Amino acid sequence: MPSPPTIHIDSLARRFGPRWAVARVTMELPPGASCMLTGANGSGKSTLLRCLATALKPHEGGIRFGNRDLWAHRDEIRPKIAYLAHQLHLYDDLSQRDNIDVWARMGGLSADADALLTRVGLDPKRNDPVRALSAGMKRRLALARILIKAPELLLLDEPFGALDPDGRQLVVDVVREIQNRGTTLVLATHLPTSAIHICDRAVVMEAGQIIWHGPSGDLP
Amino acid sequence: MIRQTLSVLRKELLVEWRDRSRISGLFFFAMAIVILMAFASPSEGVLKQQAGGILWIGLLLASTRSLDQSFATEMEHGALEGLMLWPVDPRAVFYGKALANTLVLLMVALAIVPLLFGMYGAEVRGSIPVLLGFLVFGCAAIGAPGTLFGGIVAQARGSSVLLPLLLFPLVIPAVLAAAKGTTVVMEGDPMGQGRSWLGLLVAFNAVHWSLSGLFFGRVVEDG
Repeated sequence: MPSPPTIHIDSLARRFGPRWAVARVTMELPPGASCMLTGANGSGKSTLLRCLATALKPHEGGIRFGNRDLWAHRDEIRPKIAYLAHQLHLYDDLSQRDNIDVWARMGGLSADADALLTRVGLDPKRNDPVRALSAGMKRRLALARILIKAPELLLLDEPFGALDPDGRQLVVDVVREIQNRGTTLVLATHLPTSAIHICDRAVVMEAGQIIWHGPSGDLP
Repeated sequence: MIRQTLSVLRKELLVEWRDRSRISGLFFFAMAIVILMAFASPSEGVLKQQAGGILWIGLLLASTRSLDQSFATEMEHGALEGLMLWPVDPRAVFYGKALANTLVLLMVALAIVPLLFGMYGAEVRGSIPVLLGFLVFGCAAIGAPGTLFGGIVAQARGSSVLLPLLLFPLVIPAVLAAAKGTTVVMEGDPMGQGRSWLGLLVAFNAVHWSLSGLFFGRVVEDG
């Protein structure tokens, strides 16, 4: 996998109606960086993550992925980004194996569904539709889905939500495995204690702005 | 794009196959309309003449349920956003979904037509391939704009109400052509009108399949 480029977030702002969810955020993510976004609910961390994922177009400022504007070149850059969103991007009527197969086919990627499901602690023989799975199992399946890709930028929105302690450890292990390939990581969470093991930097957000940043070990 | 279109089509058909209650629900909905109309008609002769129109009323009403459900599946876990970010070309998403919606509607149509023969005493005096042509192009004429408008209203509240409000005025010319064409094939076509109605349907499809595909990206992408 090629080394990921530096990501520059430059005076990024995004509003919903009259309210600015992210207001003039500037930061830089060097290749292979691992950054935790934290803050209270509504502080703007998920919106910032969605802008990085190209799900939202910035209203002011922008993001550069290396030398390229992320939004303008989104079609070329999207294959390099894996995004575990708050919504899990799964099909409820399909089985877990079907979901992996469907997403692999869509991307023209090859994936060993059984191996991926086993990796995230799911039983590959289980053939129930996804709607029959628990919230934690759905989140594990969503994690397996992003493992289909070999991303340069990994974006995780509340990856520990709905997971038991084993599940949280699994996320840490899987993310470390992906980081070892040099992938840049941005993780949004309001539970920083679980994320501190995989993120060397932390950013605290409030009302759409960065109010603190530094090494994750110094998080206030 | 063709590979992605086929992947989306395969996924749509897989979802329909895994939850077969949806397509059987559509069939029973269309069948209920056909049966009710049979009871409402004053005589067998009138019933026979109305068969083509009633078929398309049933299919048009059933299509709104089918199109609504097609996007409900995408919205449950934000899968439509997932497709854009994976990324899948929005045109591939459109054409895959529109083809699947057309096929589903066509299957309902093929199941309903024998009922018209049995209950309405309808018969095919014209050519069967031409009747099939009207069914295929008629379903496609609902499928393409229906998929576009399904995408537009999917993110709105009350999408099941909004969809027919937007879709019906647009597809009326196509449904009229399909109904009239089906009727002339069933009743006999001494004046050769069927070809004109089929031409209208083909032209309607050519415009809507190309334009809807172009606009779909604007519907599903932010900004």
